[in-house]
Amino acid sequence: MTYTLFIILLPLISFLVLGIAGKWFSHKTAGWIGTLALAGVTALSYYAAYEYFFVIGRGADGAFAPLEVMNFCWLPFFDQGLHFDMGIMLDPISVMMLIVISTVSFMVHIYSFGYMKGEKGFQRYFAFLSLFTMSMLGLVVATNIFQMYLFWELVGVSSYLLIGFYYTSPAAIAASKKAFIVTRFADLFFLIGILIYGFYTGSFAFVFDTPEHIANYAQAGFILPLALTLMFIGGAGKSAMFPLHIWLPDAMEGPTPVSALIHAATMVVAGVFQVARLFPLWVTYAQDWMPIIVWVGVFTAFYAAAVACAQTDIKRVLAFSTISQIAFMMVALGVCTEMQTGHEHVGSVGYMASMFHLFTHAMFKACLFLGAGCIIHAVHSNEMNAMGGLRKYMPLTHITFLISCLAISGIPFFSGFSSKDEIITACMAYSPAVGYIMTGIAAMTAFYMFRLYYGIFWGTENKELHAAHHPHETKVMTWPLIILSLITVGVGIYTTLAGFGMFEGYSFGSFISADGQDYRIHFDTSVALTSTIVAIVAIGVATWIFKGERQPIADKLYATFPRLHRWAHKRFYMDEVWQFVTHRIIFACVSKPIAWFDRHVVDGFFNFLAWGTHATSNGIKTLQSGRVQQYALVYLIGTIVLILMLLIF
Amino acid sequence: MDYSQFLNMAPELSLLAVILILFVADLFMCTDRKSGRGILNTPLPVILLTVHTLLCVAPLIANCQYSVVNGEAFGGMYVSSAMALVVKAVLNVGTIIVFLTAHEWLKQPEMANKQGEYYILTLFTLLGMYFMISAGHFLMFFIGLELASVPMTALIAYSKRSQESAEAAAKYILTALFSSGLMLYGISLIYGTTGTLYFDKVAPMLADGSMVTLAALVLFIGGIGFKISLVPFHLWTADAYQGAPTAVTSYLSVISKGAAAFVLFVVLTKVFAPVIEQANVLFFWIIVFSITLANIFAVRQNNLKRFMAFSAISQAGYLVLGVMGATPQGLTAIVYYLLVYMAANLGVFLIISITEQRSGKILISDYDGYYRTNPKLAFLMTLCLFSLAGIPPFAGFFSKFFMFMAAFKAGFVVLVLIALVNTVISLYYYLLIVKAMYIKPNDNPIAPFKSDGYTRTGLALCIAGVVLIGIISWFYAYIDQFAFGL
Repeated sequence: MTYTLFIILLPLISFLVLGIAGKWFSHKTAGWIGTLALAGVTALSYYAAYEYFFVIGRGADGAFAPLEVMNFCWLPFFDQGLHFDMGIMLDPISVMMLIVISTVSFMVHIYSFGYMKGEKGFQRYFAFLSLFTMSMLGLVVATNIFQMYLFWELVGVSSYLLIGFYYTSPAAIAASKKAFIVTRFADLFFLIGILIYGFYTGSFAFVFDTPEHIANYAQAGFILPLALTLMFIGGAGKSAMFPLHIWLPDAMEGPTPVSALIHAATMVVAGVFQVARLFPLWVTYAQDWMPIIVWVGVFTAFYAAAVACAQTDIKRVLAFSTISQIAFMMVALGVCTEMQTGHEHVGSVGYMASMFHLFTHAMFKACLFLGAGCIIHAVHSNEMNAMGGLRKYMPLTHITFLISCLAISGIPFFSGFSSKDEIITACMAYSPAVGYIMTGIAAMTAFYMFRLYYGIFWGTENKELHAAHHPHETKVMTWPLIILSLITVGVGIYTTLAGFGMFEGYSFGSFISADGQDYRIHFDTSVALTSTIVAIVAIGVATWIFKGERQPIADKLYATFPRLHRWAHKRFYMDEVWQFVTHRIIFACVSKPIAWFDRHVVDGFFNFLAWGTHATSNGIKTLQSGRVQQYALVYLIGTIVLILMLLIF
Repeated sequence: MDYSQFLNMAPELSLLAVILILFVADLFMCTDRKSGRGILNTPLPVILLTVHTLLCVAPLIANCQYSVVNGEAFGGMYVSSAMALVVKAVLNVGTIIVFLTAHEWLKQPEMANKQGEYYILTLFTLLGMYFMISAGHFLMFFIGLELASVPMTALIAYSKRSQESAEAAAKYILTALFSSGLMLYGISLIYGTTGTLYFDKVAPMLADGSMVTLAALVLFIGGIGFKISLVPFHLWTADAYQGAPTAVTSYLSVISKGAAAFVLFVVLTKVFAPVIEQANVLFFWIIVFSITLANIFAVRQNNLKRFMAFSAISQAGYLVLGVMGATPQGLTAIVYYLLVYMAANLGVFLIISITEQRSGKILISDYDGYYRTNPKLAFLMTLCLFSLAGIPPFAGFFSKFFMFMAAFKAGFVVLVLIALVNTVISLYYYLLIVKAMYIKPNDNPIAPFKSDGYTRTGLALCIAGVVLIGIISWFYAYIDQFAFGL
């Protein structure tokens, strides 16, 4: 399957071509180059998935075995046997990620033709998209933690470049810097974790079950969970877990298709992917530390959902909803307590549920973002008060947006239902408390999503603005919406029917489960029923409050709890807290003394070095006199001095 | 006599064939005097040398058993090994790039009638280096050394009417003679104490570490140190580099240095193994002085070629770091360093040369504002300089890294520290050029010009080397597998 190499090479080539020669291409050509490369990647990814799951299939033990397509030693070290490798590894989750990334990226490429039409830097935009896609694909197929880290950073860079795409806007620049610095700060822990891990276990590879590895892990003791937790901090940074989430809402300054691709469907789930990738280690050696993941996830999910209820910028609402949903995935991984699957092993459902939700979420959230992009494109504003009543002007966007909202709310026959239901089942099995909290948060999700939906498509219509802009849809931009929502509905119907036992067939768990065995999803009826009812009630409440032309109830609520509303609207002042910690504490107490030391001692040393070099240089210039007899003399004296030195020594 | 042993020296024979073909071609194929174009300048030499290089490396590629290339001829006078083949191939590639550099210079009307000689003389020095590299006997080694030196003098004096060129050649030949004399004295001391000049037979008898042995060691190092231009045997370097035609300077700065550094390692490990402790003490001071003094001098230079001379001395110091401890890693580091250094240094010289041909300017201050008029060349030059200074991700960083690593593993921590501090100084002066090109204002910068196809090809090769050799770890691993066989 060496052709999988082209999955990474194609976008790389497209990036190089567009990056180097982009300015000589017309917008159309540049767009086509990027899109065709992505079409190739998508085709190859689908074929690879087909071959991996159906042609190669299960091993003798009934599980999908990881397949190392290629792996070469990139940088060896002399002792310890440590080496940095580069390669391609296919296993169920990486194959699934290939499909998710290539599909969403392909959709975003097509969509961008319409959205970015006529923008300055169109070629640059497509070059960066290719770079991002390449890095993300490289991340998921990594054969070892170090390769993952390299691509991880590349993903961060491309995210930085794309958020700051409108580099003339100060807000975009600030947002890109913020995103880069915050994630980079978290990545520092990731790196430390990797180094500790490599030092104590003697390997970076994603192979955990050789006798040699097991012996090393046993020897590492508490170091291993520590390293894993440090890596998790890196993952939490990328996946915007509280309190490292602050960059993601600001990242919405980038072009909307970018938000759909990077900040909703792919890059932000890298943290979840990382934990899933290292999951065998977590479960076997760091079971006691896993509540960290659970509670960080639970709190983040709740916090983000609460904030999302009070935002008015539609992209911010989606951003916080993304944070909340990713937290769902994290929680699902955290509550997974064993690797063995099967119906008596409820503890292992979380892993599958997390990946399942990653998959479905990528599709409907990309659809939501792309829909939001259409809306923003049409009304030239991100604020809800510029919208309202748009269902008349943008019917297709309206339908697809509604489908995705239903999916994220967890209504049966939409994909989000099946995956979220599995997550809540897993939580219930872990601890009923977590299960009920997550159900509550799921209700909040349904509420704020429909608040958003009604705010955009119903509610108070901003007639003046609409008359000025004539909101309308563009064909090239609606196609991706239709495809993504068809996936959402299709997957939803299939999995819902299969989950309720209407027929026997493959389910998501057949392909991805904690130990690679065939796991057929069957819903726990009580959980399914509760969450559906809760979601419907939440939607009903949202409808009651926000659907009408006027919203007396909402206004009354704001008036009754002004402080709560303001706090939620200001994201509970988390940004200010960070601002205080960094500026008042870190910068003032730590950085300033260090800066002084740097300026006076370190710089002083180098200035001295420079001064000394110049002074000596002037002092000894006579040595190079140009007279050949003197050269010979120096030569001779040098030789004699060296001989004498040896003799005395 | 068994004639099949000639097959062991296939690279030498094939190079000789190249020289003869060029000789005949020089007689019969006229170059157009006015344009300076012709098959001799430059397609034929480059093609022949490329074919020759491929023939050289063919046994390395064809045989998975590398022992096949190990063999000897003439009773051990000549020894071939896989690593020697690699080094020869590297030198070949360097020579090809130098030929590409020389094209524009040889096109000038006053050069048009002596193009052939340039190629033949250069290849003869290369042949000399081949023999040095593969020598198994001091005489063979010495003959190789002289074969590499004497035609070199003619090359340095190639611009007959230039006084500087003649002066440089005189200084070079006088110092070369002097160093050869001292070296012969050292070799005679070895012969006196051991009664033999075969590398492998000398070693066991040097074990006493007597004064005579040590004197021989120093004298030998002096002779080689002259070639590599190590302090205190380096004084000729700046004058010769400045006076010689630029294409010759670029050859002098990389190719002859590389061959000598390899030989130094071979002789130290094979012959002077019993006194390696003392040799390490010597090299400690030689390296410290080479790197530091050269850096200190480089800071003040304004002539770019002279500047490159001091840069070359300093780089030679780093190159010899690999000799310390005489470990296989050291050998790999040397050959790898050589390869990387070659790419970057020849790249710089290509740009210096084409600029000199087009505008006649050679001072660093002339390069002020170079970026505004020739942005591409300025950028490429910056890449090469970054690689020379050892900034990641360019190859120069990796070569220095492996070099320091080898010395560090061999236990020379202080030396590595000193070398590191010097890297900072070298960064400073390399950046001076970058600063001149990009930042310094100039009302009268070098006019924009177009470079020719040969220069572009050469630059493409060099830049590919600078960018890729480091990142693609295959190169290091490939060289490394031969290091243990020596």
